[in-house]
Formats: sequence, C-alpha cells, structure tokens
Amino acid sequence: MSQAGASGSAAILLSLRRQTWILAAIVFVVLFAVNAVLQPRLLEPGVMTTTLQTALPLLLVAIGQTYVVLAGDIDLSVGSIVSLVNVSVVTLFMAWGDGPLAIFGAMAVGIAIGVACGVANGIAVAVLRFQPIVATFATAIVIAGIALWVLPQAGGQAPTPYWRSYMGGVAGIGVVVWITLGALAFVLIFQRSRFYAQLMAVGGQRQAAYQSGLPVMGHRIRAYALSGLFAGLTALCLTAETASGDPLSGQALTLQSVTAVVLGGTALAGGIGGAVGSMIGAVVLILIRNLIFFARLPFEVQALVEGLIILAVLAGGVLMTRRAAR
Amino acid sequence: MSAADETEGFRSAALAGRVLRSPHVVALVIVIALLALGEALSPGFASPQQIMALLVVAALLGIIAAGQTMVIIGGREGIDLSVGAMVSLGALIAGNIMDGQNAAIAQALVLVPVATFLVGLLNGVGVAFLRIPPLVMTLGMAGVIQGGLVVLSRGVPSGRSAPGFSRFLSDPLVFGLPGMLFVWLLVAIVMGLVLARTRFGLRIYAIGTNEAAARLTGAPVSLLRVLLFGLSGAFAGFGGVLVLGYTGTSFISVGDQYMLPSIIAVVIGGTALSGGRGGYFGTVAGAILLTVLQSILITLALPEFGRQMIFGATLLVLLLFYGREQRLQA
Repeated sequence: MSQAGASGSAAILLSLRRQTWILAAIVFVVLFAVNAVLQPRLLEPGVMTTTLQTALPLLLVAIGQTYVVLAGDIDLSVGSIVSLVNVSVVTLFMAWGDGPLAIFGAMAVGIAIGVACGVANGIAVAVLRFQPIVATFATAIVIAGIALWVLPQAGGQAPTPYWRSYMGGVAGIGVVVWITLGALAFVLIFQRSRFYAQLMAVGGQRQAAYQSGLPVMGHRIRAYALSGLFAGLTALCLTAETASGDPLSGQALTLQSVTAVVLGGTALAGGIGGAVGSMIGAVVLILIRNLIFFARLPFEVQALVEGLIILAVLAGGVLMTRRAAR
Repeated sequence: MSAADETEGFRSAALAGRVLRSPHVVALVIVIALLALGEALSPGFASPQQIMALLVVAALLGIIAAGQTMVIIGGREGIDLSVGAMVSLGALIAGNIMDGQNAAIAQALVLVPVATFLVGLLNGVGVAFLRIPPLVMTLGMAGVIQGGLVVLSRGVPSGRSAPGFSRFLSDPLVFGLPGMLFVWLLVAIVMGLVLARTRFGLRIYAIGTNEAAARLTGAPVSLLRVLLFGLSGAFAGFGGVLVLGYTGTSFISVGDQYMLPSIIAVVIGGTALSGGRGGYFGTVAGAILLTVLQSILITLALPEFGRQMIFGATLLVLLLFYGREQRLQA
C-alpha cells in the first residue's frame, strides 16, 4: 500500500518534471505576490486587465516563436513581421474608412501578410536549407524595409471603433482577457493534435523523423507560418493599443520573444517544451519590469537589475528543461 | 595525352574548383564586382582614398568579429550575442579613461580588453559549466551589460577619445595607410597563426567538430570554451576602443549596430554555424563585403526602405552560396 503510494508520488514527480513550464509558473506566482505587495492595486480587475494588456503582444508573439523553436529552428524576423502588419493594417484603415467591413477586411489582410512572411521564412530555411539564425535575420531586414516603404514614419490612425472595442469588454470581462483565453484554448487544443506531436519529433530527432517518413520540410514551413500568424495577431493587438502605425513598432519583440520562450522552459535545440510555458514566460518578463518600476529603485540601476533577474531566470529555465530532457 | 598528364589535368581542375568554391575567393570576387559597379554608378567610388576609407570601416567590424569567429568555430551552437553590448562597454570605459588625454591611451588599450575579457569569461562559465545554450547566455548577458552601461554612465554620454589616438587610427601613417589598417593586419596575422599553427587553435576546431573526441584526446574542453567566450569579449572590447577612436565620442548603444553583422560577416566568410569549419580570413572577406555592399547602397542614394530591402535580399543570395545546411538523408 505504502509502496503503491510511493510509486504514485514518484509518478507525479516524474510527470511534473516533464512539465518544463513549472519553474516559470513558480517564478510567476512569486513575482505576482511581490508585485501585489508593492502595488496592492494590482489585484483590482481593471489594473490586472491593464497589466495583461501590456503583456499581450509579447505573449502572442512568443506562442508563435515556440512552435518554430520546438521544430528546431528560430525566427528572428517576428519583430519585423509585427511592424509590417502594423503599418499595413493602419494604412488600409486610412484608405478604407472605419466601416465594419473595412475593419475586418484590413485585419484579414494583416493576418494574411503575417502568414505569407512566415511561409517565406519557412521556404528559406526548410527548402533552401539556409541556417535559421542568419536566414531569418536577412528576411527580417527585407521585411523591415517593406514596412518602411509602406509607412516611412510613425503616424496614421486606427478607427475609433477598432481600438475602443479592444479596450472594452464582453460580458464584463476585458477583450484582452478573452483574447488571452482564446490563445490558451488554441494552445491546449493544438497540443493534442497529431501535427503537434510530429512537429516535436521534427525538432527533437530530425533525422529519425525524416527517415520514418514525416514531412519534415512541410512541417518546418508550417511552424514558421504559425509564427507569422501569431506575429500578425500580435500586430493587430499592438495596433489597437497604440491606435497608430510605426514601422519600428515590433523591433524589440524579436529577442524578447526568444527570452520568453526559453524562460518558459522550451529548449532551443527543439523537441522539448510548450507554448503554455512561453505564455507564462511573457507575463513573467512584464511582471519583472513592473516590479522594478514599483520597487522605486534608482533610475540608473533599473536596467541592470532587470538584466540580472532575467539572466537568472533564463539560467533557471534552462536547467529545468535539461532535467526534463533526462 | 599520357596518364600522367591526365592526372595533372584532373589535379589542376580540382584545385581550380576548390579555389572557385572557397568562400574568401567568392567574397573577394563579389567585392571587386561591387567596386566596379560602384565606380560605374558614381565615378570615384573605387578610388584609392575611397577604398581606404571603406577598409577602415570594415576593420572595425572585422576586428569585432574576430572573437565571434572563434566562438562559432568552437561549435556546440557557439554564438556570441553580447558583442554589441561589449563594444559599447569598451567604448564607454575607454572614453572615460582617455577623456581626451593622449597620456591615457596605453592604459585604455590594456584595461578595456581585460575588463571585457572578464565579462566574456562569465559567458563562458554559463555556457561550459552551467551548460546554458550560448544564444541564451549571451542574450541574457547583453541585457545585463546594457543595464551596467546605464549604471556606469548614469544615463549621460561621457568620455571622449584622445586626439592622438584618433589621428593614429584615421590619418595616413605609413605608405599613406591609416593606423587602423595596420591594427587589422596585425589582428589578422595573429588570428591566422593562432588558428592554423598553434595547439590552441587546432583544439578549437577539434572541439567544434567533435567535442567528445576532443575530450578523449585530452583537450580541456570546458576551459577552452570559457576562454573562447573571454576572447570574444576581449576582441569586442578592443573593437569598442577603436570605435571610440574612430568616432571621437561614444553613446551607450554605439555597439548595437555590430551585433548581428559580426555574425553575418563570419557566415558569409564561409565559417559554418555548426562549428569546426572556417577561419578568420573568411571573416575578413565577409567584413569587407558587408561594408562595400552597405556603402554602395548609400551611394545609390536610395531611400532607407530600398536600402534595407536590397541589403537583406543580397544577404539571402550570398547565403545561397554557403552556410546552407546538409540535405537530410534517407
């Protein structure tokens, strides 16, 4: 009996160990508690929604990045894709007006642009066999150039109904919360698909996956397309948040998304991890920034403290992932 | 034709093939073509003075990318994303040490690379002993250094180069060549000798090709890796001193523009990101190529978006020639 209990708890421990996002979740809880102490208003639904709104772009872009990383690649162009979709959508808004058809039309075009950029990345990496880091860096430059061509300077305006509904709520709950829940639902359902299992195989054991007949090339392209899709969604949120276009709006998101993914326990080598961890990782990054702001540290040391905390959590995330891999 | 002639013929054909496929030759051919194109578009582009000016700019990138080259050859996904921050750090410290005084030049030239070497060692410890992937470790370290820069500078730009140092780098020294080029030549000779002729250099290739085998032959793999990241920091810091000397002053993000180009220069120079293959002369060619390409795009007086699009597209075309992964085998 006690033996069965012991093996039961061992099994639980083992399955917990497989959950590479555990560390991120623990860090999240601790950060949230400390944040709540420093800023008691954080617990008010309104403030919580605003905090989530700040985190949402990074959260979404990190989900897409996760799938590319799981497949054993990396996407350094997500920031540029976000910028391009942002300026394209704003430009279309300006041209088409603010009727519902115009708004949804522009959103659809934006998403299509994101996916198209992702597919182009996928072809460069999987078909032309460019090394992912340099290839997506090169495509990032091209995409950023196109964004500058579409809108050379920050400006333009998103229609009022668009950003107002983003800031608003449905059934008493903020739209940003609904979007987050929708993203979480997608992630959880997608994790159960056969495609996802095969994607993990492509990232973890590429040679074996190829030899067992998996469409490695197609799956890598699809992973990049997903990353482009989520970058497009990110841009739609960013456009609603800022209500304008900026050809550099997504720039900072590229490396932050990689940080969020690693923090969430996904191995850069591919095959281990998941997007839930990346979502938590993104929120953790925002909470770290919040914490430093509300801790009233002197201005000069804020960036250093942030850098040190992030480095520490990154190292922790990596060590956690390695234990899971064993 | 006798059999001997035939083998001779094959041999020279194979040699010619190898030369044509060698990345530095390809890069140099492209550089010459670009120079010719530039001259055609805007007479004077390929004048000796202009080429000299281009080489001085390329030298900055080339020297900063020297450590990056070794880290990448060392393998295990070796890459150093902290070089940009290290360059800024080097420029900031050097500017504060020199602060316009010629007497402090030597001090800056010694202290700065030592300081950034030590920071680089931390990268190496994280990679070799904690086994954190280089990309993650150096990305995190870049954030820490950038934070440190704000602390050091208190958010205000400070420090300036010594006039003697700036003159040495930019003004003609011997044969009409500025000092910067001699510095680069020295770096290239040392790098070439170290990589090809010393046990240390050969071991870098060994751990990059097969770490387990290198360990069996008695190479101190972890220590070597720590050292590689330290050296990458030292070269970036030294590059920072040169950037300061070249521009006169520094600001806390002065090095950011060198981060990804330092990797691109290595890759288009034919060094594989998978490790174990390549060399510094490829990086030299890569740095020159990138600089000439950027300069030609500026000469074309294109708007910023056109410049970026062509630059990115050209990189993709260059990547077609090398830096491609192997086809999966059934």
